[in-house]
Amino acid sequence: MQQIVNFILRNKNFLLFLLLFSIAFFLTIQSHSYHKSKFISSANFLTGGIYESVNSIDQYFNLKQENQNLLEENNRLKEALFNTSESTNEESGYTFKVIPGIVIKNNYSNSNNYLTINKGTNDSISEDTGVITAKGIVGIIDNTSKSYARVLSILNTNSRINAQLKKTSHFGLLKWDGKSPKFVQLTDVQKQAPVAIGDTIITGGRSTIFPKGIPIGKVESFYMDTTENYLTLEVLLFNDMTSIGHVHIIKNLDKEEIQSLEINPNE
Amino acid sequence: MNSIISRNIVRFIGLVLIQALILNNINFLGYINPYIYILFIILFPIKNNRLLFIFLSFLLGLTLDLFLDSGGVHAAASVTIAYIRPIVLKFAFGATYEHQTVKFTSTEFGQRFSYFSILILIHHLFVFSLEIFNTSQLILILKKTLFSGVFTLILCLLLTVLFSRKSK
Repeated sequence: MQQIVNFILRNKNFLLFLLLFSIAFFLTIQSHSYHKSKFISSANFLTGGIYESVNSIDQYFNLKQENQNLLEENNRLKEALFNTSESTNEESGYTFKVIPGIVIKNNYSNSNNYLTINKGTNDSISEDTGVITAKGIVGIIDNTSKSYARVLSILNTNSRINAQLKKTSHFGLLKWDGKSPKFVQLTDVQKQAPVAIGDTIITGGRSTIFPKGIPIGKVESFYMDTTENYLTLEVLLFNDMTSIGHVHIIKNLDKEEIQSLEINPNE
Repeated sequence: MNSIISRNIVRFIGLVLIQALILNNINFLGYINPYIYILFIILFPIKNNRLLFIFLSFLLGLTLDLFLDSGGVHAAASVTIAYIRPIVLKFAFGATYEHQTVKFTSTEFGQRFSYFSILILIHHLFVFSLEIFNTSQLILILKKTLFSGVFTLILCLLLTVLFSRKSK
């Protein structure tokens, strides 16, 4: 017993280092798997509050750009209003509610990027809700607090979003390889799909998160994957992920109903 | 004694805020960010309680992780350089460290340079390899380590020169 106590006392520095390092390592591992990094997140009271107050200053510098974006969106909406046949998400069949929000922290230089927005459970926002801008998709909410929410950006190597070609409905899985914030990859597309450079990629509407038809980007290049069975498309995003101010949170009002239907009774 | 404690508290909070709110938005050439918050670990008084020092470094890293949504990446890297700091000190300053008389402001530039660069290099290597966590991206890890490391080193050396209280 005496020996053990002596050993601990002698190596207390190393043991403390080992303990703290393993805690940190454990948190790191958790952050690499989707939906598990709940504990260390910027959507809490302290960090969210600090980011919010700094962002209120920061906004003044982007006012011109924001005005421009809103003007463009207004134009687009007016066009859609005059040509009502071109209505945006009627075909998806679900009912969606759109809530406006503001990004208070944006990140795009790491391999696992998150955004923080200033809407939370108080604004009836829950996890697994889609976030878009006027130009295209941004990500999926993965963690909420009372008045803040954290968004898993599409620029995150854990992000997986269903997407398809606009003209033929061949679908695939939207991922990010962690290299450039301008490009994402659409993988597992059937090789018969008639892909051409410049084709538009939109969301697929096969999940309850995003409605069908939200623009994502256009095809920059494409190549066979290593198994030679599927195509991988390099997609240039419509959204400039490095400068995002106002976002829209899309809440699917029928989500619980659909999910309760889809639970397989045989399992 | 009290002034040392209060100075370190101010340094802790100040460096965290500067790092989270300003330096992480630099994104020079798309991905190069300096991580100067480790200046707290580098400049921590040498005569210290080592347990407290390691724990404070962990706390510093964890606070940064909260701001940056990076899990435990910075905590792990900070705790590592806090643990190996005495070895690096001995390597960089040699006999003066043995006699516990090192004052960072009065050391030679060359010694300070090697001390800073070793700690920064190890820290950045840990940060980026844990963050990317993929051996097939080894080149990316090394690239990020090198470029961000040089950026951090320059900023750290400038800051220490700027804030040293050497009266002429």
